[in-house]
Amino acid sequence: MSYSKLKINVIKALFNSQYANMLEYRVEIALWALSGVLPFIMLSIWKESGAATSYGFDGLSLSRYFLSAFLVRQFSVVWVVFSFEEDALLGKLSPYLIQPLHPLWRYLAAHIAEQVTRLPFALLITFTFFLFNTDSFWIPSLIQFLLAWLSTLFAFSIAFLLQSIIASLCFWNEKASSLERLLFTPYLFLSGLLAPISSFPPNIQKIVLLTPFPYMINFPANILSGLAENIFIGFIIQIIWISILFPVVILLWKAGVRNYTAMGA
Amino acid sequence: MERYLKALYLFLTTAIGIEMEYQLNFIVEVIAMIGTLSGSIFILSLFFTQGQQLGNWSWEQALIIQGIYTLLDGITNTVLRPNLREIVNYVREGTLDFVLLKPIDSQFWVSLRTFSPSGLPEIGLGATLVIYACNQLGVVLNINQLVRIIIILASSSITLYSIWFLVAATSIWFVKTWNATEVLRAILSSGRYPVSAYSLTLRFIFTFILPITFLTTVPAEIIIGDSGYNMIYIGILIAVFFFSLSRMFWIHALKYYTSASS
Repeated sequence: MSYSKLKINVIKALFNSQYANMLEYRVEIALWALSGVLPFIMLSIWKESGAATSYGFDGLSLSRYFLSAFLVRQFSVVWVVFSFEEDALLGKLSPYLIQPLHPLWRYLAAHIAEQVTRLPFALLITFTFFLFNTDSFWIPSLIQFLLAWLSTLFAFSIAFLLQSIIASLCFWNEKASSLERLLFTPYLFLSGLLAPISSFPPNIQKIVLLTPFPYMINFPANILSGLAENIFIGFIIQIIWISILFPVVILLWKAGVRNYTAMGA
Repeated sequence: MERYLKALYLFLTTAIGIEMEYQLNFIVEVIAMIGTLSGSIFILSLFFTQGQQLGNWSWEQALIIQGIYTLLDGITNTVLRPNLREIVNYVREGTLDFVLLKPIDSQFWVSLRTFSPSGLPEIGLGATLVIYACNQLGVVLNINQLVRIIIILASSSITLYSIWFLVAATSIWFVKTWNATEVLRAILSSGRYPVSAYSLTLRFIFTFILPITFLTTVPAEIIIGDSGYNMIYIGILIAVFFFSLSRMFWIHALKYYTSASS
């Protein structure tokens, strides 16, 4: 059984069925998109606070940073561990494991389909944002946009792999999904969703930049808002993280399947 | 009344029994909670660089708000979320019928049916932070002051419950609105900071539309002794208003409940 040979028609069928599925859940996805308002709440505080100037931010760069952070978050949200837990508990996983297709591809297709469904809502929120903050309107250059898109895709990959590690642990303990909390907590504070990493004290910044979290929001958001300095190094680090995490997921998954004894068995 | 207390006792003991089954869960929750509090305090500290203040609140005063927020978040995780997220399932699976048939108030049942002990340490952590910050500020608490604090915290808990309940109860009509509570959760997290730290528009919204001001900022002002005597009455009034609203909404919503598959 080879997982690597994915045929075009399989990809198409996977995506189309997942997209049709996601369209059924438009209301949920719209609400979900709206639940990402946290960067806007933080923007309001940062704008009012005198501290922003001492970190070298003005109203304009703050607005652009937090809008970019919002957008990057919208297209890097991952929930694979929750789908996986449900499928494992309800016994849906067993047929997936028999198919000549790695189950993670199915989840990946679901995520991409969800992002496509989410796109109009994210654009609508962006439009509303500019309506109230007309002065912060900007159009990134094509290069900037493409780089931001690519780094968001890498950010999504890092998030997807990190959660897949926890999902694989569900093969051993069906409640392992609660470990996701231990991933989300540092992500929330160290990714740049609440504060740009450049506002952290220098020593803490150095340590934080060694973790994958700033490359999941802060780095792509900096590119999109035109604040990024070391774009090349950022991409290298993103690629390093992906190449560390990918084999871990594959190995854990293999070991997990061997250990797996279906629910109710 | 006795029946309600007896039911409540049974709810609590079964919940503890279930929790004992999942001890890993409890440990993870406690670690995550300590991480969340440290993270929030770290982010808060960023605003106080070079002698800055946050909306005219000093560092210790802002810590009191963080403490109250943590306490209320603990209540949310202990009681509100585990119960109210089930409403949508009762409706979808038709099991709300069984709840309505019980000789007990249905709002009481769906609101207090279970609780999650793993949220309790968060309540303790929040209270500890408030006491620590009070100590730093040199706030002396006499009996009179303590009673006022308990009253205002009870009021904000009731207000918080009522908002959650209002949003969760909409699933009687729209099964798909469970995600609306995620939106609510995101917006409520703005209660981590004093309301005066926000722009005028948000301050208006947080005071007159969504009573976030009354959840954390007003109780903190009362603890510091910064507020007029009237604020406590307004806090109580808001709680009574939102609770009555949730009550009326539930009774109204049940009229539209037609059970599953009918």
